[in-house]
Amino acid sequence: MIGPARRLVVLLALTLLIFAVCAPVVHARTVTDSVGRRVEVPDTITRVFAAGPPAGIFLYVVAPEKMIGWGRAPRDIDKPFLQPMVRDLPELGRLTGRGDTISAERLMAAKPDLIIDLGSVNETYRSIADRIQAQTGIPYVLIDGRFENTPAAIRLLAQILGVSARGEELAKASEAIFAEVDRVVATVPEASRPRIYLARGNDGFETGSRGSINTEIIERVGAVNVVEGIREAGGLARVSPEHVIGWAPDTIITIDPAVRDLIMSRPEWQPVPAVRNKRVFLLPNQPFGTIDLPPSLNRLIGLPLLLHALYPAQATSDLKTELRDFYRLFYQVDVQDADLDRLLEGLRR
Amino acid sequence: MCRTPISTGSSKGFVAEVPILRVTPVVAGLAILLLVVAVIAAGIGPYRIAPGDVVAAIVAWIAGGHVDGQIAAVLFQVRLPRIAAAICVGAALSAAGAAYQSLFRNPLVSPDILGVSQGAGFGAVIGILFGLPVVMIEALGFVTGSLMVILVVTLAWSLRQRGDILMLVLSGIVVGALAAAAISLVKIVADPYAQLPMITYWLLGSLASIRPDDIAVVAPTVAVGMIPLFLLRWRISVLSCGDDDARALGVDVRRTRQIVIVAATLITASVVAISGIIGWVGLMVPHLARLLVGPRFDRLLPVSILIGAAFMVVVDTIARTAATIEIPIGVLTALVGGGLFVWLMTRRGSRSLWRRE
Repeated sequence: MIGPARRLVVLLALTLLIFAVCAPVVHARTVTDSVGRRVEVPDTITRVFAAGPPAGIFLYVVAPEKMIGWGRAPRDIDKPFLQPMVRDLPELGRLTGRGDTISAERLMAAKPDLIIDLGSVNETYRSIADRIQAQTGIPYVLIDGRFENTPAAIRLLAQILGVSARGEELAKASEAIFAEVDRVVATVPEASRPRIYLARGNDGFETGSRGSINTEIIERVGAVNVVEGIREAGGLARVSPEHVIGWAPDTIITIDPAVRDLIMSRPEWQPVPAVRNKRVFLLPNQPFGTIDLPPSLNRLIGLPLLLHALYPAQATSDLKTELRDFYRLFYQVDVQDADLDRLLEGLRR
Repeated sequence: MCRTPISTGSSKGFVAEVPILRVTPVVAGLAILLLVVAVIAAGIGPYRIAPGDVVAAIVAWIAGGHVDGQIAAVLFQVRLPRIAAAICVGAALSAAGAAYQSLFRNPLVSPDILGVSQGAGFGAVIGILFGLPVVMIEALGFVTGSLMVILVVTLAWSLRQRGDILMLVLSGIVVGALAAAAISLVKIVADPYAQLPMITYWLLGSLASIRPDDIAVVAPTVAVGMIPLFLLRWRISVLSCGDDDARALGVDVRRTRQIVIVAATLITASVVAISGIIGWVGLMVPHLARLLVGPRFDRLLPVSILIGAAFMVVVDTIARTAATIEIPIGVLTALVGGGLFVWLMTRRGSRSLWRRE
């Protein structure tokens, strides 16, 4: 006969044994994010929450099947350019530290295996990541979102999500895009590189000053952003028509058709050299803006588009094919010929 | 002031017997000041134009000749409309502020006391949220700003305290706070990369994207709104002595108050619709004016208008030239206005301007 005490010990041992057997089922591994935080993540990640629109686009590109929602739901006109499985995912909101539009509780209710954020990697964002991870128990990784870092960011995210093969393919493709930009820009003498104004906002007088994340793409294609910020560069600004006339940009870029119409028609824009010479380029914004809005991986296709608009003699690739391939590889959608023409329409002078 | 007999004789003669505007030395001086400030401002800007070219272009334009080229575009499409807008905005906010301060007999009242600015702000941010064209955003701002005042007045009336100033002010505060909350809600749902910056800039106020068309709409509206204030300036003076005194002097208190509210709302809503929310001017300028000519509304009104216009031209010139980017004008008016206000308060004797002798 075994006494009650011994029975209890056996029961405990059995329980421990069961736990010991079961525990390895939820395998865990440790990954290191862009700020050096070591985060323990599940072996297989199937549900990912993106903290903001830039991260959302990365997630969509790298592993759309793991998305559980959007920071901002896509507009109806964008849906044909997105894979069916993500078109109607709910809008969950964003996590930015202050001014969040999703609560910790709702976030936990959505049961993500992982939260990713992509963008600035300063102490503020690190502490937000630490805090939310501690509060919700959901692993949170922070990825450096600088444009130059795109291939590395793709690789890191793909490795964390366990889709390294796709990540490698995408990273190679983005490296090729950057390399082609560098090749073309190198052939253009400094003097003949354009001076560009980016027209944002619904009247075109909102813009990003030199060094801002919103206009990064201008400098990346070797052009000059005519908007110089106040001492510390960066950030969005409102400017007046007088400024724009004074800067005399020879090229204007926008992703808003209405803004392009305003620029072409209103008298205050007419003295601007870019308008007189009809160098006002409308870049596509479907499904995402190719200049910014948000500043994310979508800017990769903005590079070849700008390259062809700015340096038509030097850019030799077939733009239409390039655009089609980009949408196929990154967004995993096949764009019809007519739609491709429509996306490229605004680049014609 | 209120012991001073009002000099118009007959009880119905408040309007007819005095000229619309008596040109005193102060008024004349301020008018000249405004003109000088405007001319100087026309020569200053990020796009450099030699003073001679400014004069030449304006002379040619007045002579009816067609002026062409970049200089003309900067002057006539951008800079002069902007100066005109600054004059309209400054004049309108100051006039409305002076009218409300006299009407409510309260020195802390500003043109948006009845929720005009918050209401217009709500309409405008909704317009931005739905990506409407700028004209529609302005129109929406004007409409919701006016609706907000109607709502406030209706609320105050329905509380069975007809014409009670306190009820009006309280209703204004409540409804204004609701509108502010609604604005915050819109900011939360707005696209943080596309719409939120636009909303933020609008709420800080700016004259950066003023176009000649805007002036063509706003200037007449402001002018129309000013007319009742000028015509009723005696009654408003009397009202500032208190309802009982005013009634004793034969003023229809309720009617006068209604007209003033409608007029002040009209001019405030129309300028806020094009400029965004610009604080402090309507609060501070009437105090400055009172320092010059005392509290009588008939003297206060023209002086407030001229000071407000000149002040706004100066502030907007700073806004468009001090830094490479536009400084939101609401930020500047708060800085300058707040500072001036403190200075006004520390002046000895400034209290006596409000003391009823």
